[in-house]
Parts: sequence; structure tokens; C-alpha cells
Amino acid sequence: MDQPDTMAKATAKESASAERTRSGCCYRPNVDIVREGDDLLVLADVPGAKGDAIDVKFENGALEIHAPVAPRQDDACVYLMKEYGVGDYYRSFRISEEIDAEKISADYADGVLTLRLPKAEAAKPRKIGVNVR
Amino acid sequence: MVFRYYDGRPLRQLRDEVDQLVTGFLAPMAESYLPPGLRCQPAVDVWEQDEAVMVELEVPGIKSDQIDISVAGNELSIKVNQPDMAREGAAYHRRERPVGTFSRLLRLPTEVAADRVGAELRDGVLTITLPKSERAKVRKITVAGS
Repeated sequence: MDQPDTMAKATAKESASAERTRSGCCYRPNVDIVREGDDLLVLADVPGAKGDAIDVKFENGALEIHAPVAPRQDDACVYLMKEYGVGDYYRSFRISEEIDAEKISADYADGVLTLRLPKAEAAKPRKIGVNVR
Repeated sequence: MVFRYYDGRPLRQLRDEVDQLVTGFLAPMAESYLPPGLRCQPAVDVWEQDEAVMVELEVPGIKSDQIDISVAGNELSIKVNQPDMAREGAAYHRRERPVGTFSRLLRLPTEVAADRVGAELRDGVLTITLPKSERAKVRKITVAGS
């Protein structure tokens, strides 16, 4: 029991935005943002969160992820090593491109939330065929 | 970093002090300069119950067959292999989730019954239960009064 903290959890705490009703700090989940064809994939690490409690919002180009995590041990627990904290995850993004909000899908497995944001049809580039007479 | 114990083995003492220095002081410093993929030690929580020592770590996205746990003596070794799932033809705009192999060696505070160690993976949280060996269990002694 002699190795102190080495790999910090996403300790950067993000203060909650004004709309949130609950007070207190949140952890900032690590994310990958990947473009796959016309879709934008957002993968967020939210270990310990329950899938049905995760709240994803997309409004006016702002994507918000809120994953509540309840404490797993009671307050009386005395830790020999405590290298990461347990608490809600929150992160928000501004998506600059046109997204088809109706078609956004979210999957949750093994502590990873995967969001698929398809590009809006209107924003897709169109190739215009030229008719030659 | 102050060491209070001395077990009569100077080399071991020295080794432990160097370990402490490296992991306690240098590693967190190096940590802040490293991209997530190169941080190779997962963070753990450890606590003790009457019957067992509990170890918990967060391993989002890891399947149970990518985790390797072994106990030798009073040392617990945890290896996690997070394969690079980068998709062909996909462009990364942001990449923070760690990939690669992470391992951690922990010295346990008591002797444990290695044959009864259990591990559970749920929602990306790995919980390892290490039952204490019979010798290490806490016994309550009743004081006889006259």
C-alpha cells in the first residue's frame, strides 16, 4: 500500500452550468469525438453510472451529458487508498455543424456512453449533375 | 515523506523510499505532461472490511476477458488491456480516452486467501474482493471480569 496517486481520474472539475438544479461539482468525463462518414460519434467514459439515469440533451447546437453516479460505499468507509473520487459526470459541447436532432442515438455499455449524431440532410453536400444538351 | 518503520533490512528500506519518491513526487509531475494514452497506472480505491480487503478501479469500456488479476503472497497484480478501437477511415477530433495496457501492483495490508479472491465488473467499475486469510482476521477478545 505504498503507491500514491499516479493516474488521476478526470479530476478537472467542471462547474455546473446555470440550468442545472443540483448544486456541487461534477467530474468531467474523458471523451473521444470521432467523425465516421457523415456521423459524429461522441464516446464518453462514465464508469459507475446507470444507463437509465444518464441524461443527454441537444439544444441549439449545444450537447449536454449528465450522468449521475451514487456513492458506492457509505460515508463511514475508511479508505487505505483513495485515488479517485466518485460523483456525477457532466460535460457540454458546442457542435458547430448541422445535426439532425431527431436521429441522435445513444448507447450505453460497460461504463461508456456512445452518442451518434447524424448530419442534417440539409447540410449534406450535394453533387449537382449538369445536363448536357 | 517520512518513514517511521524500520524492519532491520536497510536495502528494502532504501528501495521503498525510492519507490515512494518516484511514485509520490515525480510521477504526478510527469503525469500532467503525459497524454492520456501514456498514463499507465490505473487509479484505485482500497478499503478494509472485517473479513476482506476490497479494491476498486474504474475501467470504462473494458470487457472481463481483457482483465488479468493475480495474487502472489501479499501482492495483487492487476493488468488491463484496452485495445485501440480506432476505426478505419474515422477522423478523431478529440481523443482523451486511454488505450493500451495498464498495470498496477499493490502490496496488500494483510495476508489474503488467494483461492477465494473474487472480482466483479459492472458498468465499467471493477471490484475485487480479497478475503483475509484465517490468520489475518480480526478476533474480538472478551475480557473476563471477576
